[in-house]
Amino acid sequence: MKLAVASGKGGTGKTTLSVAIAKTFDGPVQLLDCDVEEPNSHIFLKLENKIIEKVNVPVPVIDLEKCTHCGKCAEICEFNAIISFGGTTTMVFPDLCHSCGGCELVCPEGAITEKPEEIGELTKCNLGNIKFLEGKLKIGKAMSPPIIRAVKNAAEDELFTVIDSPPGTSCPMIAAVHDADYVLLVTEPTPFGLNDLILAVETVRDMKISFSVAINRFDVGDDRVEKYCEKEGIEISLKIPDSRKVAVAYSKGISLDEVMPEVKTDIRKFLKSIESSGRQS
Amino acid sequence: MKIALPVTSDKVEDQMNRTFGRAPKFMIYETQTDAFEMVDNAQNLNAAQGAGTQSAQNVASSGAKAIICKNCGPNAYQVLTAAGIEIYIAESGTVKENIEKFKKGELKSSSSANVEGHWL
Repeated sequence: MKLAVASGKGGTGKTTLSVAIAKTFDGPVQLLDCDVEEPNSHIFLKLENKIIEKVNVPVPVIDLEKCTHCGKCAEICEFNAIISFGGTTTMVFPDLCHSCGGCELVCPEGAITEKPEEIGELTKCNLGNIKFLEGKLKIGKAMSPPIIRAVKNAAEDELFTVIDSPPGTSCPMIAAVHDADYVLLVTEPTPFGLNDLILAVETVRDMKISFSVAINRFDVGDDRVEKYCEKEGIEISLKIPDSRKVAVAYSKGISLDEVMPEVKTDIRKFLKSIESSGRQS
Repeated sequence: MKIALPVTSDKVEDQMNRTFGRAPKFMIYETQTDAFEMVDNAQNLNAAQGAGTQSAQNVASSGAKAIICKNCGPNAYQVLTAAGIEIYIAESGTVKENIEKFKKGELKSSSSANVEGHWL
């Protein structure tokens, strides 16, 4: 069972809930921090004996001895990562490369090979019943999906898995969520929260994954998120109250389940309710 | 000498385009004869990424030896430099005004990109 904790809007409480769910889970559980541009689940877990591995992607290298500057590689590159002009110059921009390998295939001279380019790292750590995996994109790198995939490839299939997803509804969010059995969309009762929730709902519906909504700080803001959910027939499975106590604890790296233990009852109820969820056909 | 300018139309009275890579068109202007031709760049206006590199390739292929633009990012700069194209940064003014400034030697050539990638 894979549970992705996602949202449209950032800062709604994905990490807060992901950590609380993993820590509340009775039995062995896996927590994947796939918010690789800013992974922060680790702040609420005391990581010891971390194993850190580099994550590489293949990028092309051109052997200028063999290259005739025919431009076929530049032509096939959908991402403008290879430029060729004048029959004299061919240049590679590794940061733009999506590692499709097309250039290597079309090069008539066999002048293109691939070399690994480091784009980030994968951290593994075992914490009692929690197996924790985190991806982290290197500063200055723009492409996070390969790191998200590396985190997922390192995960065990059999374990109950909580995926702390990146915000938004673009490629990184899709990479984190697409193979989940269930998605919990975390939002807040504000116009921004609602706007981005609607986008996230459309995305998850398109991927045909079962989902429900968690409203964080439900007792502030307005009731438009609840009205929207009612109209759309979306279940609201968790409601977390606004609490200064939680915010203070957060700033000290203390997780929600520790400072507001009553939330564990609701989380257990939620986990029970999704036990039989699987991908819709 | 052929110079390239990122533009929105083929009218020399119009302002230049603010960006290089995502300019809708390039004007390739021959300073000897005051004749020009247009190079369509719509493909890069809508590119998901790499508009700078691809647009620079288009300019290099046009035979231009210099470019006048308001902003030039690091990837575009790298390609233009490799193609031996001088980069002149214009602050404001119409296409025509900048061509006149260029002819009088009033525009300074740039030795680096003047904006970060994706600064918009």
